[in-house]
Formats: sequence, C-alpha cells, structure tokens
Amino acid sequence: MFVLLRWITQTLCERKSVCVRVNLFIDEFCSLINIVTTMQKYSLFSLARNALSGHRNWPLAWRSPPLKDQYEVVVIGAGGHGLATAYCLAKEFGITDVAVLDRGWLGGGNIARNTVTIRSNYMRDESIPFYVKSVSMYEGLTKELNFNMMHSKRTMVDVVQTWPKLRELRRRQLVMDIYGSTYEQITTDELRRRIPALTGGGPDARLPIICGMVHTDAGVNRHDAVAWGYARAADAMGVEIHQQTAVQSLIRGADGAIEGVETNQGTVRAKKVVVAVSGHTTTLTETAGLKLPLRTMNLTAFVSEPVQPLVDVIVNCPDSGFYFSQSDKGEMVIGGAPDMGQSFRRDIKQNVFEDTVTSMLSLFPSFKKLKLMRQWGGHLDIAHDASPIMDQTEVPGLFVTAGWWGGYKAIPAGGLTLAHLVAKDEPHPLMSSFTLDRFRHLDFVMEAGTTTAR
Amino acid sequence: MMLIPCPFCGKRNESEFIFGGPVVAARPDPNAVSDAEWVEYLTIAPNPLGPVQEKWWHARGCGEWLTIWRDTRTHDIVEAPNGSE
Ligand SMILES: Cc1cc2nc3c(=O)[nH]c(=O)nc-3n(C[C@H](O)[C@H](O)[C@H](O)COP(=O)(O)OP(=O)(O)OC[C@H]3O[C@@H](n4cnc5c(N)ncnc54)[C@H](O)[C@@H]3O)c2cc1C
Ligand SMILES: [Zn+2]
Repeated sequence: MFVLLRWITQTLCERKSVCVRVNLFIDEFCSLINIVTTMQKYSLFSLARNALSGHRNWPLAWRSPPLKDQYEVVVIGAGGHGLATAYCLAKEFGITDVAVLDRGWLGGGNIARNTVTIRSNYMRDESIPFYVKSVSMYEGLTKELNFNMMHSKRTMVDVVQTWPKLRELRRRQLVMDIYGSTYEQITTDELRRRIPALTGGGPDARLPIICGMVHTDAGVNRHDAVAWGYARAADAMGVEIHQQTAVQSLIRGADGAIEGVETNQGTVRAKKVVVAVSGHTTTLTETAGLKLPLRTMNLTAFVSEPVQPLVDVIVNCPDSGFYFSQSDKGEMVIGGAPDMGQSFRRDIKQNVFEDTVTSMLSLFPSFKKLKLMRQWGGHLDIAHDASPIMDQTEVPGLFVTAGWWGGYKAIPAGGLTLAHLVAKDEPHPLMSSFTLDRFRHLDFVMEAGTTTAR
Repeated sequence: MMLIPCPFCGKRNESEFIFGGPVVAARPDPNAVSDAEWVEYLTIAPNPLGPVQEKWWHARGCGEWLTIWRDTRTHDIVEAPNGSE
C-alpha cells in the first residue's frame, strides 16, 4: 500500500510538482515501518505526538558538544561533501571519533546557494558511472536518512540552438548509453509541446532552436534537507559538528605528515584531516605548502516570485547561457553562466545578472512579467580539467575533496567514496580516476565544456 | 560593470573584453625542466584571495591585449597597465 501511495504521489509530483504536503505525509507514514535507529525517528507518531504538545518538545536535531583537542578524523567544512563524508565514515566504516568544523553555520555555504539540479549527463567513461551512482543514491536518501528530501525526478530538457552544442551532446549520449544514463533527442515541435512557455527561438531568431535533448534521470530536491539530514544522522552515530569554528591553518609534524589544524577555538589534533571547503581549498592547502590545480570562480542564481505551475522539467539552455526549474513553492530558480575571471565574491555582478535575464527573455519572452525576488552568488573551485579531485595529497594524512563545480549532485557518492579512501587508504573504484595522479601523468579526465564553466 | 583601463581607449566596459586567463610563468623547454616543473607549468595557476595578475583582450574595441592586477575578493583593479592612465 505504501508503495502504491508513493507511486501515486511521485507520479503526481512529476507532473505538477505541487504535492509537497501529501508527499511529506506519505514519507512520515512510510517511515513507520522502517527499523528504528538511535536518533529520534521522524514518523507519523512523532508528528502527532509533537503536534499535541504544540511542537514545543521536538528534540534538537544535533548536539553542540564542547570541542575536544583531538579526534581520529577532522573534516573541515560542514557543507554537503564534508557532512556526507562524516556520515559515511561512521555508517560504512565504523569511524565515529570525527569532528566536522565549519567557520560559519552548518549548510550555509554553497549547498545553501545552489540550484539543486541533480543529473548524470557527463562526457567521460570515468565521470558517468560516478554520477549515475550519486543520482541513484539521492533517490533513496529520504529513506536512508529518515528526512524528507522532497526528491522530484522531473527530467532535464536541453534547448539546443547551435550545431556544435548538438554534436557535443550527441558525443555525451554515446558514452552515457554505455553506463545506463539517458539522453534522447526530440524535435522542436515536441520541445515546445513539453515546455509551452518556450515561445522564443523561432526561425527568425538570432539562434533558432534546432532540437531538444531529454535527460530523464535528472531531478531536484531540497538542499537544506540534504545538509540537515546528513548532519542529524552523523550526529546520532557520534560524529561531532562544530559550527563557528574556523580553521586558520593546517599543522604538519616533523615527518611532514598532517598533525591537526589551528582554529579560532584552539588547536585540534588529528592524524587524518579532510579539506571539504569548496572554493577555499587552495587558501587552506597553501598553509601546508601545497599547490593544487584549482581556480576559484563565482557562480550565481536568482529566483522569481512564486507563480502557478508553469514548467514541470528542468530547462537548460546552454547556447543562450541560462537554466531554470520551478520550485515546489512556485518560484522560478534561475542560474546563469559564471563570471569570467577568478573570484571569491558571493554576490552577483550586475552585468552577469542582466546578461542572464536578457538571454532568458529571448527564449521565454513572457517571463518579463515575473518579479525577481532574490539574487546571490557563491564561489566554487574548478580543477584544470573541470573534473573533481578526491585524494590523499602529498602531505600524508591530508585529504582533499575539491573541484566541485556542480558538485551538489555529487554529494552522496562523493561522501561514500571519500570516506572509503580516508578509512582504507585506498581509492574507491568509482573515484580512482579523480585522484591527483592524473595531473602527474597529464592524463586529464576532460569535462571542460560540459558544464557552464568556460 | 568593471571598467577595464585600455592603454589606447581608456576605461571601457568589461563586456568589450574577452578574458585571457591569469598570467603564468613563461613556457619552459620541457626537455630542460623536471617532470614536476613541467606539470606545474601546464596545470597550476595562482589562486590568491587577493590581487591576481591577468590578461584581457579588448576584442570588441581596439584589439589590444593588456595585463591588470585585479583583487579576487572585490574585483577592484588594483594595478592598471602601463600608459592607461
Ligand atoms: C549559484 C550556484 C548554483 C549551483 N547549482 C548547482 C546545481 O544545480 N547542481 C549541482 O550539482 N551543483 C550546483 N552548484 C555547486 C554546488 O553548490 C557545490 O559544488 C557544492 O555545494 C560544494 O560542496 P559542499 O556542499 O561541500 O560546499 P559548501 O556548502 O560550500 O561547504 C563548504 C563549507 O566549508 C566551510 N569553510 C570554508 N572555509 C573554512 C575554514 N577555513 N574553516 C572551516 N570551515 C570552512 C564553509 O563555511 C562551508 O560551509 C551550484 C553552486 C552555486 C554557487
Ligand atoms: Zn582598446
């Protein structure tokens, strides 16, 4: 029965994306039959019980214990990758003497700033299986973490306006086919039928639409739930999360190996330190004398006021330089191309914003009636070949997970495979191509050009 | 919008320029340097939290290539090319 209810709501969600509340209810219902773990289980009973007491007695989702001066593993950064890694260290490898340190608040970095597109349409044999795994892990995450991710597998549609882009997407399609990821070409008529608001790009436009490419595996979910869900589940297994704890430098011992970190709350020692700070990797690794092939760049997004359900897929327009999806609340969540040079800014530059809006209006002219409500940016690091870096560095005991340009989709598989590396000192097969060795051998995993980054 | 100082045209909108990447060391002779040095030349660029030296091309203007120092935290141009001011 649960399965049936789930199926019905999922199907509704795929079409309308407005049944959040029903979905929440069903999730509570389904989780009743799950095995009870040590943490306070979110269920229909807990919801009813807490409703009766006016929602004043919910237990805290995670503790704030005092900072110790030593841990087995220190993870720097309580974003998606840091929290997922800590969770998997405890869950998969039984390592619970772990502290996650964040200079701000948990889940307040790029995970709070991204546009939640989850997809696996990459180019290389090394990349696609990794992202396929991550997408499928996301689909099971609500159950795994007993936290409603509001996952909505709603398909991404690329609007193709140039022949070079179409050739590039067809090359991806050939490789994706091997690994069970999906790409399907549709005609312009079919594209316009599926996305009625797409009225621009006609035969007289500067870039007439050529066709669409459909990636049915893609979806969106709720970014806060990912951070909070991992944090709560990791905390329940003994992992400590320390907010407002900024790491200022890395400490190396006489033998050159990592010994710990210097923070604004004092020195913390650990034989294994994971750098998961997205955007600030080189700032930190330079304190240990390391040079990494990473550059930091600014990526931005903005949202409109909520409107009636209008678009039920993620729309990506790579030739025009923007993409968007409609949130469950009804807002259009819109992202553009990155700023050109290196940047540590967290806002959006006016010209980037105007360029994105202008290209959006060329394909979706009716959107000029939309009121834009909020705009922001984040800074992300991108590796020389645009693929991620997950490795133990030449400083023994110092691990990095970096180069996550579009790394929200990679959080579940990133956490799993990095925890494997940290626990076992050998790479997980899904990420063994993403180590630093590829640069030493000039054997790049070239994803440059398949993301928004130029 | 950033105003980039061109030695010929003066301060012009950044949209007239194409970004040419950060300035890196001159290309070494791969046979004369170690493998590590060669790899570093090919893959590593400075990524400072502060001023970075970079090339811009005034492609939609006079066509000049120029070099500026720009602060990555603010995007302020902290050092302009010779002759631009
Ligand atoms: C506008 C925008 C749109 C995006 N859209 C998508 C998308 O649609 N799909 C997708 O897959 N990805 C997307 N991304 C990328 C995605 O957000 C990132 O790749 C991902 O969030 C990075 O991993 P994270 O969650 O671990 O990073 P973060 O959430 O940034 O976590 C890093 C943490 O480290 C902390 N930290 C930094 N320095 C220190 C220090 N010295 N000491 C202690 N803590 C420190 C920070 O406070 C932060 O909380 C987008 C990004 C942006 C900015
Ligand atoms: Zn000029």
